[in-house]
Amino acid sequence: MYDFAYQKPGSVADAVKALAADPEAKALAGGMTLIPVLKQRLNHPSVVVDLAKTGLSGITAGAGSVTIGAMTTHAAVAASAEVRRIIPALAALAGGIGDEQVRHRGTIGGSLANDDPAADYPAAALALGATITTNKRAIAADDFFQGMFTTALEADEIITSVTFPAPAAANYQKFRNPASRYAIVGVFVARFPAGVRVAVTGAGQGGVFRHAAMEAALSANFSPDAIAAVTTPAGDMNSDIHASAEYRAHLVGVMARRAVAAAS
Amino acid sequence: MPQVSLTVNGTQHTVEVENRTLLVELLREKIGLTGTHVGCDTSQCGACVVHVDGTSVKSCTMLAVQAEGANVTTIEGLAAADGTLHPMQEMFREHHALQCGFCTPGMVMSAIDLVQSHPEGLSEHQIREGLEGNLCRCTGYHNIVKAIAAAWPLMHGKTMPAAAE
Ligand SMILES: Cc1cc2nc3c(=O)[nH]c(=O)nc-3n(C[C@H](O)[C@H](O)[C@H](O)COP(=O)(O)OP(=O)(O)OC[C@H]3O[C@@H](n4cnc5c(N)ncnc54)[C@H](O)[C@@H]3O)c2cc1C
Ligand code: FES
Ligand code: FES
Repeated sequence: MYDFAYQKPGSVADAVKALAADPEAKALAGGMTLIPVLKQRLNHPSVVVDLAKTGLSGITAGAGSVTIGAMTTHAAVAASAEVRRIIPALAALAGGIGDEQVRHRGTIGGSLANDDPAADYPAAALALGATITTNKRAIAADDFFQGMFTTALEADEIITSVTFPAPAAANYQKFRNPASRYAIVGVFVARFPAGVRVAVTGAGQGGVFRHAAMEAALSANFSPDAIAAVTTPAGDMNSDIHASAEYRAHLVGVMARRAVAAAS
Repeated sequence: MPQVSLTVNGTQHTVEVENRTLLVELLREKIGLTGTHVGCDTSQCGACVVHVDGTSVKSCTMLAVQAEGANVTTIEGLAAADGTLHPMQEMFREHHALQCGFCTPGMVMSAIDLVQSHPEGLSEHQIREGLEGNLCRCTGYHNIVKAIAAAWPLMHGKTMPAAAE
């Protein structure tokens, strides 16, 4: 690992200042992605700005929504009575990320900011129509994810919290890589009075995406049968040593039907 | 040089480190506690698991400077001063839950956190899921699972209720 300077500011304002002062500075949350990346020398920040003392951890239940502080760990979301009550599918998703020790450190803000194409939280944020709040503004999930490892965040912008509207029903199904536990394909289905939203992670070449054909079919008829004939073009899918594009396209349908069946 | 002050197995240490020093490097190389192992570069094997403020974490994926002020427990901190093993260590021995022993320190640290955080009981399935972050290349896990189930009543001082999953 290359060496770097290290700061642990006591407020969001000071953390933003530290990031703004140096284009090579990098925020550190749980470190479950950043530290392995640093170990492989794939990144060489001048300053690592630790967000641990910025007070961004915690869960608040609102009227028909739940707001999760950016530094809240996956373990805390999985165990939260509020999240389990308001959006059980979100608590279950958090409890299925990585392993116990990854969940003890990894955070929702870090996961969304990182936007790994195989990560779980982006599917939840997109399907639930979450709002990502930063030190500067509120960003709709539809505008936040901009292709793999790419988000709307600016270099000196810190996610402070994420607000998820409560759906009438929701479920997340992940076909996971048995070694890393990341999604080979993950499908989050959320049913709202205004319609159904379906987000797919792990599969797409451009990262997490909404499945318009499935959303239309499920908004008309919320049942696994409604999407039995809906196909997913393999040309848009990722292909790697874990799964071919054709296999991923097939899995999108299987995971979506399972999610609908479990959410109904 | 940056300094880190932390408590390891009840003893206060102030150590000079680099900002890039990992917690596991601090433990092994600066404090000489080599019971915590390093088995991978990818944060996947769990050989390095220690407790930081009572919670199991991968010490290879935490900077030493992040542990400033923390209370760390390693495998060396489990046995009593007179050498009496922690019930989890004792059950690993009794149930032959190790062969080469490389994964064992991390397994034991993860297992203790798992049992402590499930006062309502643990099913075999929950134990297996709880060990997802720990890889063992020797035992096939079966005896590890048995040892953890056997340690639960010893750690909680009562028989394990039939776990509701
Ligand atoms: C063995 C292993 C298995 C895993 N399995 C899964 C899995 O199954 N599913 C899954 O989804 N993920 C998985 N992960 C990733 C894990 O969820 C990470 O915790 C997460 O991706 C990053 O969160 P973090 O808090 O650790 O962020 P860090 O690693 O600290 O940071 C990641 C990036 O986000 C930036 N960042 C962090 N916080 C903020 C913020 N508040 N505002 C702006 N930028 C910020 C950082 O600068 C950095 O670029 C796994 C990781 C490991 C090591
Ligand atoms: S050494 Fe493998 S997870 Fe830490
Ligand atoms: S006992 Fe050898 S790796 Fe587990």
